[in-house]
Formats: sequence, C-alpha cells, structure tokens
Amino acid sequence: MALLLIVLLPFIGSLCAAFLPTNARNAEAWLAGIVALTVTLLTAAQYPQLVADGVLRLTIPWSATLSIDFQLRMDGFAWLFAMLISLIGTLVVIYARYYMSPADPVPRFFSFFLAFMGTMMGVVLSGNLLQMAMFWELTSLASFMLIAYWHHRSDARTGARMALTVTGAGGLAMLGGVLLIGHIVGSYDLDAVLAAAETIKAHAWYPAIVGLIAIGALSKSAQFPFHFWLPHAMAAPTPVSAYLHSATMVKAGVFLLARLWPVLAGSDLWFWLIGGAGLCTLLIGGYLALFQSDLKGVLAYSTISHLGLITLLLGMNSELALVAAVFHMVNHATFKASLFMAAGIVDHETGTRDINRLSGLYRAMPITATLAMVAAAAMAGVPLLNGFLSKEMFFAETVFLDRPEWQRLLLPVAATLAGMLSVAYSLRFVHRVFFGPPASDLPHQPHEPTRWMLLPSALLVAACLLVGIFPAQTVGPYLRTATDALLGPHAPIYSLALWHGLNLPLVMSLIALFGGIMLYLPCIGRRGGTIPLLEKIDGKNAFNWLLTASTNLSSRALGFFTSPRLQMQMLMLFLVVLGGALLPFVDGPLRLGERLPAEIDPAFALLWTVGATCAVAAAWQAKLHRLAALILAGGAGLATSLTFVWFSAPDLALTQLAVEVVTAVLILLGLRWLPRRDKRYSEGKRESTRSHLRRLRDLIIAIAGGGGIAALTYAILTRPPVDGIAPFFVEQSLPQGGGLNVVNVILVDFRGFDTFGEITVLAIVALTVFALLRRFRPAPESVALPAQQLEQALEENGAEARTDPEASLPAGYLMLPAVLVRLLLPMAMLISLFFLLRGHNAPGGGFVGGLVFATAIILQYIVGGTQWVESRLRIHPLYWIAIGLLCAAVAGIMAVFAPFPAGEPFLASQAWHGSLPLIGEIHLSTVLLFDIGVYLLVVGATVLMLVAIAHQSLRSQPRKTTPDGGH
Amino acid sequence: MELIFSLAVGIMAAAGIYLILRPRTFQVIIGLSLLAYAVNLFIFAMGRLRHGAPPVIDPRLGSDPALYTDPLPQALVLTAIVIGFATTALFLVVLLASRGLNGTDHVDGREPEDE
Repeated sequence: MALLLIVLLPFIGSLCAAFLPTNARNAEAWLAGIVALTVTLLTAAQYPQLVADGVLRLTIPWSATLSIDFQLRMDGFAWLFAMLISLIGTLVVIYARYYMSPADPVPRFFSFFLAFMGTMMGVVLSGNLLQMAMFWELTSLASFMLIAYWHHRSDARTGARMALTVTGAGGLAMLGGVLLIGHIVGSYDLDAVLAAAETIKAHAWYPAIVGLIAIGALSKSAQFPFHFWLPHAMAAPTPVSAYLHSATMVKAGVFLLARLWPVLAGSDLWFWLIGGAGLCTLLIGGYLALFQSDLKGVLAYSTISHLGLITLLLGMNSELALVAAVFHMVNHATFKASLFMAAGIVDHETGTRDINRLSGLYRAMPITATLAMVAAAAMAGVPLLNGFLSKEMFFAETVFLDRPEWQRLLLPVAATLAGMLSVAYSLRFVHRVFFGPPASDLPHQPHEPTRWMLLPSALLVAACLLVGIFPAQTVGPYLRTATDALLGPHAPIYSLALWHGLNLPLVMSLIALFGGIMLYLPCIGRRGGTIPLLEKIDGKNAFNWLLTASTNLSSRALGFFTSPRLQMQMLMLFLVVLGGALLPFVDGPLRLGERLPAEIDPAFALLWTVGATCAVAAAWQAKLHRLAALILAGGAGLATSLTFVWFSAPDLALTQLAVEVVTAVLILLGLRWLPRRDKRYSEGKRESTRSHLRRLRDLIIAIAGGGGIAALTYAILTRPPVDGIAPFFVEQSLPQGGGLNVVNVILVDFRGFDTFGEITVLAIVALTVFALLRRFRPAPESVALPAQQLEQALEENGAEARTDPEASLPAGYLMLPAVLVRLLLPMAMLISLFFLLRGHNAPGGGFVGGLVFATAIILQYIVGGTQWVESRLRIHPLYWIAIGLLCAAVAGIMAVFAPFPAGEPFLASQAWHGSLPLIGEIHLSTVLLFDIGVYLLVVGATVLMLVAIAHQSLRSQPRKTTPDGGH
Repeated sequence: MELIFSLAVGIMAAAGIYLILRPRTFQVIIGLSLLAYAVNLFIFAMGRLRHGAPPVIDPRLGSDPALYTDPLPQALVLTAIVIGFATTALFLVVLLASRGLNGTDHVDGREPEDE
C-alpha cells in the first residue's frame, strides 16, 4: 500500500497544484514540498522491511487475459533511486520557491514538477517492463512540459521538442526491446525476466534486444551519439535542470542499463556498444565542457561526460564496475544538483550566466562560492569528497579490466585523460566565476541570496563531504543493499574506504589532478565560446537535417500515395473494395446454394422495374435537375420500403418511410443554398473528352461494383439460412424481454446499450448540425429570395401576406392546407404515441413514433412558415434531446439500483405487473421508459436539425425580427 | 423473387457508386442515399427472404424460430436507417457550409482547372 502511495502521491499533488491560483507561490511550494517530503519519508520507512524481505511487491490485477497487471516492485536498487528522486525533489522544491520569479505562473511549474516526480517513481518502482516503458515515455512528456516551461522563448520550445523527439523515439526503441524480451520470456514481469537471463543471452534475438534497449537507454541518458539534446534542454528553469539532469531524467537511462545488467551484460556486443558509447561520451563531453561560455552549458556537458563514465562502467562487464556505476550515480546526483543550484543562484543574483562576463564573485557571495567550490571539487574527484571515491573505483576497474592487452592499456590512459578534463572544467567553472577581478558590467549587483535558497545546496554539499570522508558509515549499507539486489549471490566483495594504500588508481588520480591543472593553465586567458577541433561537429545540425529530410520524405510519400481530391480517394476506396471482394474467388468461382428461389410475383417485378428506373434516373439527373433527382431517389426509397413490407419486416418499412419523408424535407431545405446549375450550359460550354472518359471509367466501376453486390446477394439468398444467434432472440423475446415484437425487444432490451449509444450519436449529430449552422454564411448569390417566392409575392400583394405571424390563417392558396395541417398535429401526436406504446408487442416503437411526430411538426413549418409557427408554438428541441437522453439513462440506471433483483447490470429491464383500481391490469417496465427516451430524443434531434436549416432562410430577410439561427 | 431482389440491390448500388464518384456535392449526397438503400437491403437479405411469415410472435403459435422472420438483420437495418439519416443531415450541412465558404459545390471546395 505504501508503494502505491509513493507512486500516486506525486500525481495527486500534481492535480491539486494545477488548480491553485496563479500567484499562490507559497501554497504551491508548501503543497509540493509536503508531497515530496511525505514521499521521501514513506520511501525511507520501507527500508527496514526491505532489508528483511529483500523485495517488496504490490500487484493490482488489471488485464488477466493479457497477463498484464499493475505491478510495483521495490528492491534495494529501486529504493536507492526512489530516495534520490524524492530527496533531491524535496530540496529542489525549496530551491524553486525562491528561484521562480513572482511573474512566472507557478501552478504549471509545480504541477508538472510533481507529475514528473511521479513518472520517475513509476519507472524505478515498476515490476513490469511494459509498465516501466509506459512510465518511461511519461517522463519524456513531463520533461517536455518542464523544459518548455518558459514557452514564450523559442530556445525553450526548440530544446523541449528536441528532448522529446530524441528521448521519445528512444523510448519506442526500448519498447521494441521490451516486447522482444517479453516474447522470449513469456512474461513482462521483472522477476521472471531476471530469472530468465540465460535464456535471453542464448537467444538469437539477443543482439536486437541489446541494440534496442541501448538506443532507449543511451538516448535518455544523453549518450553519444544522442548527447546533443541535453545542452539544448538547458533552456529550462534552473530548478528543472537541477532535478532532471542530476537525479532523474538522464539517470533513467543508466538505471535501465543497471536494472537489466544481470540479463543483458556479459557479452562482447554489450562491451563495445555500451562501453564504447560511454567512453566516447566521457571524452567528448569532458572536452566540450571545457569550452562552454554558459555556466549551465558547462554543467550540461559535464553531466554528459559523467553519465558517459557511468555508462562505460556499466559496459565493462564486471560486477565491481557495476558497483562503482551505482555509487557514481548517487555521487553525481548529489554534487551535480548542488552545482546546478549554485549556477542558478549566480544567474538569479547577477542576471547572467556568461562565464566571460562573470568574475570575482567570491567577494560578493562567499557562501555560494564555497558551496560551489566544494561541489566542483567533488565533480573533479578531489580526495575527501564523494566524487573521489567513485572515480577511484572507476580507475581501478579500468586497470583490472579482463580484456585483450591493447584495451587494457588504452582504457586507463583514456580514463586518466577524462579525469584531467574533469579537473580542468571544474577548475575553470570555479576560477572564472568566483575569482579574478570583480566584474563591472553585471546586470544586477551581486549579493548572497536568501538562506532558504542556499540551504538545499548546502545540504547536498554536506552530503558530498560526509560520504567522501566516512563512506562506509554513511552510504555503505545502502549501496550494499542496492548492489545485492542487482547482483544477488554474484555480488562482489568490496570495501568503501578513503585510503586503499598507494596503488595504481591513486597514482592515476594524482596524474589527473595535476594534469587537469596543467590543462587549464593555457585556457585561463581564453575566452569561451569557440571549440577547437570539434567546432564543425554539432549533433543539433545532424538532428535538424534528419528531421527536415524525414519530413520531406514523408510529405513526398504522402503526395505519392494519396490525393487531396475526394473523387480520387473515393475511386481508390471502391477499387480496393472491389479487389478485396474478388480475392476469395481466386480459388474458384462463386458457388450458388441449393435453396429454391421463390416464384416471381409480377407485382414485385413491376415494383422494382419502377424502383430501379428511379435509381438510374436519379443518377442521371442529379447533376442538372436536383429536384427531379431528389424525387426519383425518393421513388427508389419507396420501393425499398415496400420491399420491407413484402418480406415481413413492418418495423423497417415504417421507419424507412418516415425517414424518407424527413430526409426529403431536409434536402429540399438545403437545395436553395446550392449554386444554380444551368448557367454553365446556357453559356454553351462544351465538355471535354477527358471528362467523358472519366465518366465512362466511373460507370464501369459502378457497374462492376453493383454487379458484384447483386451476385453476392443472389448467392447468399440461394443458400440455406445459418443458425446464428437469431433463434435465441426469438425464443427468449417473450420469457426474458416480455415483448412480442422481437425487433423492438432486441433494440430496447437485449441490445439496449447499443441503442443507447446510437441515440447518443443522433443527439451529437443534431447538436453538430445546429452548431455548424449558427456560423453559416450563405453564398452571396443565394441570399436573394428565390424567383418563385418573388413571383408569389407579386401575385399576393407582397410577401408579408403568406407568412404574416398575426394572421390566424395564411391567405391565398395555402389556406386550405394550413387548416388541414393544423388538424393533423394532434392526430399525428396521438398516432406517434400509439406507435410508441404498442411498439413492444406490435410494429412500432420509439424511433417510428418520434419520426412521425417530428414530421407533423415540420409540416406546420412548411405550410405555416417559420415565423408563424414560432410565434405560436415554442418547441425546445434541445430540451427534448436532453430529457430523452436522461430518460434512457435513468431507465438503465434503475436496473443497477433496483431493490429486487439487486445488482443487475446497466440497462437490464425491470418490470412490474399488477392491477390498479379503475384502470385494471397494467404492465410497466423500464423498457418503456427507455423507449420513451428514444422517442423524445428522435423528436428533438430531427426537429432541431430541420428547424436549424429552415431558419437559414430568415437570414436573407434581415428586415424581419427573429431569433438568430434557432433558439 | 431472389433474382429481382438481387438485381434491385445491384442497380441501386451501381447508381450510388457512380454518383459518389461525381464531383458535385449534391450528386454525392444522393449517391450516398442510394448506396444506403442498397446496403440496407443487402443486410436485410442476410436473414433470407420470407414472404408472409409473421413478424411478431403469435402467442398461440409459440416461439419456434422457424415460424418467424429473422429479427436480427431487421434490428441492424433499423439502426442503420436512423444513423443513415443522421449522416445525411450532417453531410448536407457540411456541404452547405462548404458552399458558403468556398463559393462552389465541388467536393474539393474549389473548381478544378481542367474542366
């Protein structure tokens, strides 16, 4: 439970932080600080039990079928990291409180900060590799938000994007590696993977796994050749850098390498890949750090270099090197966080981070200077500090490397060289900033910052000293727990001590110290900024080139494979469908079944002679004669409707008929906003041969498609019916659904949830139509009244007469229809209710009823005119939709909360059968309520859509005062 | 009967496909309606054609599935009809908006150069 809290608390804190007011700096800092401290204490409290049990686990079952659970697992190594993350996180929170300017929106900072802490905790405490990969990508996302915190600055945006691209892509590679591991082991459980080390090492995919995991880890830890993103990430606020680049983000990569070390390490491939990348990074990072002019740039490259050291140690295939790597992870986190804080203080108090401008700050800020010097000395590997110890172990490992002769000679030399570089850039950092003549042109007059800003840095420096002097008493036991957790019975024997006697590593250390000072001497007067030898090589350029090239390539590929033209897309679609439908016939021709066809009824033949003619004629006329095409398409629809009647599907026939009417009205309303089609032809413009050919091509495709569907239909119809799930519905309709109309019972009971989804879609579509039309701008030539309406107006002494809202009946030829339509409304209402109520046992139901009522309402509009209807009848379609949806939902929920039988699933029907005085026998069920919901929603949605389109006509008559575009 | 039914489905589908491939939005909307009729009939045909079978359970006859029409494709088609109406309405509004915005009823929002 505590494990879950450790991971969850930061996320909860993040949510809370996001909702605090923008200027609540103290509240935010308190919240974040308390969360971080609680997590630290919780983690620390796990230690005794951890030592006793070895591993703490928490499994929350999630997807049993995929055998993936939410697993948390804390062993000594994870505990060490969790402590680093939470402890340094707490210190950074204190520091950030004083670092961030009052103008910065702090909720965003602390919210992402805590979220980042949570994701890091997730990475180190995951007991499942897939889950770790997910948290891994989340760290990339959270760090993106943190690096881009000052998003008004373009360098912050670029840096954040680069970091996300590189680490995110690396994370995908890592996911690939994890999937391969999972496939080999048969489980993503970390314990299972660790137990299957031999299987994985012997597997043919081992090189691929190492390669993919390496890409993931190296890109995250900013290792060569992916190191270039880290310096650009320095655009982040300094607390972010202090956190991300000391204890967390970049440490995730080496964490993963160490975590999987028992599984993957031990091969030549591992040595060359991981060790090689580490060595390159160690030297290149150190060299580049020597020439940076930005304080944080120095620290960025030194971070890269030190991570290279850790990676190199991990790549050396020796247990002792692994111990040294883990030890250096801890040491580096402490002194680097402290150094970043010092750099932030300098920046905060002087207003610049430019090494060329800073000078002699020791006088103005002695405490900061002392802290930075001690931390830098730790970074340089000066004795009595923690950096010295792990560096000594590193030197010892390079000397005792179990490799061929030339590598055994080369590696200690390279290590000493790296040590010299490290001394040189640390010296430069301290000397240039704090010594020399006082700087004169600083933006602010430097002075010591507030004590609270110094405290976190001071604590870290104290830790450096303590560990450096009493290693065995301070960090020793924890380091032992961590390495024991990683290596188990193979853990080597080692002793943490300041003095190991006069040996080769000590000599190397001394050479590095003095060599470093020598190396720095020629640089004293050199102004930073340009980099000798490596000036031209810049990972950023390569990255940008790669990005541009891949963008170009993909856009070219997109242009090649797709078309922005709808017609071309549709053509491709139909061709692919045609091809796909033909695939099964490669084996043999279409087989017909033995079922005897029914005898042809002449009436049915006649019906479809008309129907098919209508369809073809509609296709022919749709371009020039829209009204005719609409009527003809309606004819085909009518034939369809009658076919449903013919083959015993009255529900379908009713619905089709009602929808037919509503659709026709809808399109009629839209017709007037389409451009006139006859103009181009009256100009005598001839069609090109090309468009003739195109039409011929489409005709062939259409005939092929239609022929195919016809053949398919015929083949199916001649085969005997299959016993699917249909008999179940017929048999259970009465006993379980309590209804005789099986179709309706399926819709509102058996598959009620589908229908619920469907009516929701209907409501969304109606709202979308409504919303789209609110911003509708008709084409200018369609705004004027249509010619027919103008003629009408002339005949009837002005257009006012017909739509006069005051008159009780319209004058002129519409008077008679108006009387009839008004009589129709209550009758239609009655009929629609009749359909609704009887729907469960006879053809009908909510859909049909709703459509009938909607049709009656729209008839009022057609005959009476929009203004007349709305001055007398207020229909609020939005309310109808809302109440309908609510009814359906309540009908569903009632099942959940019903007393008897209790605990039924959502939408299970509840019925009550009994008799009431006067009324007699009565049957009530939630299904009826559900169907009423459907009814109300269909009425609301249909009327909303139709009325919204109808209202557009009023826009062209601005002289009339009407509500705009609806209600 | 089956032959006529199949031909009807085929002809409506062909008319629909042809119209969907045309460049004007109104043609496409009519084409969609025609194709929807064809597809609905096609799905309906999955339950085979039965003339004169009772569509609603008659308590006197009992609920032997062989006596009645297949209710499953019918329920599917009923849903399809209503959703088809919704998409038609949405498409109509989108094409009106496109026409108002671009001044043309071409499906690509602009007149082609070569016609």
